[in-house]
Amino acid sequence: MRGFVYSQPETPSDAVHALATGGADIRLIAGGTTLYDLMKLNLERPARVVDVSGLRELALFDTSGERELIFGALARMSDVAADARLLRDYPALAESLQKAASQQLRNMATLGGNLLQRTRCAYFRGGEPFGCNKRTPGSGCSAIGGLDRGHAVLGVSDACIAVYPGDWAVALVAFDAEIDVLGPHGQRTIAVESLHREPGSTPEKETVLSPSELILRIRVPATPLGRSSTYHKIRDRESYAFALTSATAAVRLEEGLVREARVALGGVATRPWRARSAERVLLGKPLTEETAQAAGAAAFAAAVAGRYNGFKIELGIRTVADALLIAGARAGA
Amino acid sequence: MDLLREQLGLTGAKKGCDHGQCGACTIHLDGRRVVSCLMLALQASGRTVTTIEGLTGRAGALHPMQQAFIDHDALQCGYCTSGQIMAAVACVREGYASTAPQIREYMSGNICRCGAYPSIVAAIQDVATLVGER
Repeated sequence: MRGFVYSQPETPSDAVHALATGGADIRLIAGGTTLYDLMKLNLERPARVVDVSGLRELALFDTSGERELIFGALARMSDVAADARLLRDYPALAESLQKAASQQLRNMATLGGNLLQRTRCAYFRGGEPFGCNKRTPGSGCSAIGGLDRGHAVLGVSDACIAVYPGDWAVALVAFDAEIDVLGPHGQRTIAVESLHREPGSTPEKETVLSPSELILRIRVPATPLGRSSTYHKIRDRESYAFALTSATAAVRLEEGLVREARVALGGVATRPWRARSAERVLLGKPLTEETAQAAGAAAFAAAVAGRYNGFKIELGIRTVADALLIAGARAGA
Repeated sequence: MDLLREQLGLTGAKKGCDHGQCGACTIHLDGRRVVSCLMLALQASGRTVTTIEGLTGRAGALHPMQQAFIDHDALQCGYCTSGQIMAAVACVREGYASTAPQIREYMSGNICRCGAYPSIVAAIQDVATLVGER
């Protein structure tokens, strides 16, 4: 790991100014659980590190609002996961945090940083001699045709099949969450669903953020759908593992028929994946094992299996179906 | 972690994976458990850091969690133990030690290669009961 210059800005604007004027090798650190990890792998070699973890005004969150829930970008995952109101009114959001990482990491990691967590693709993390277009553009993708058991089946390209690893964003996209971002030219708002890019031919570009932008907060529109929601995560072991497949599901039922549904997928796609086709399948129908399974099938209709990850399609369909039935039970179906 | 081990001589926090995956380097920062391997020493300035060395009482009396680990033989090689104990103390304090499944979930960030898990869970349950009775 090479040495770096460390600074602690005192306001968000100071942080953005530091990022905008610090050259290309400058990185922002908050909880550190991704950046420092990648620095130890020599995948990140910043010359300057801007530590925003002391910006206390960004560490607050408020789940009591009638119109929206507000989460400061520096709120810790563990604090938000344990919020009683969130657990009751938006179980999918709380569960997505509870089922992510370990308590130690959740005590460190921030909500904003978590959105930008980098992929766990072993070819990306492993470095040479493996090709990785995300790590070294133009070097090829060793995962395609390689050991791709953990890789994506949705949103893939000829250049990259790396999975977006997070859970929280997969819950957020189901609820139409937005982020407020501060840059050198002021503030803007982006839908979480538009934050991450599909790899296409430029997998090194993972988000629509510019390098000098700072996420200030995440906002989730309040909705009664939250109560009948779940984040269902299937892993190789029961706890503390990345998703093989995961699904956020939320439903609203009237007279036994689905009036509103939300489905989003994790562990199977190159970015947090909202599955609107699955939502449409359910509208106006009763929520049963058959319709839930059909919604799952619709979610994976465009899936592309690689060498070893084909099992994720069937597993993913069943994960969606189970998630919908859990959400349905919470809706009193 | 490097500051603790190499500069301050506090070798209780162990370097396991060095990537936040194994929990052997668990310490408390302002009373909350964190993995010291993914933390810059600078980020601890002005804050309270507790390592396993700081758990024992003045006359070297063992912390109840340390004693429970001995009583339950909750280790084999011992490499993960200081991290397990630091995580376990926090687990009880956080209130996530009421049942064995809950302990397993909230201790899942600490890996034990020797597989001493059943005794670790038993030791934590003992201490949780003790704390509950107070």
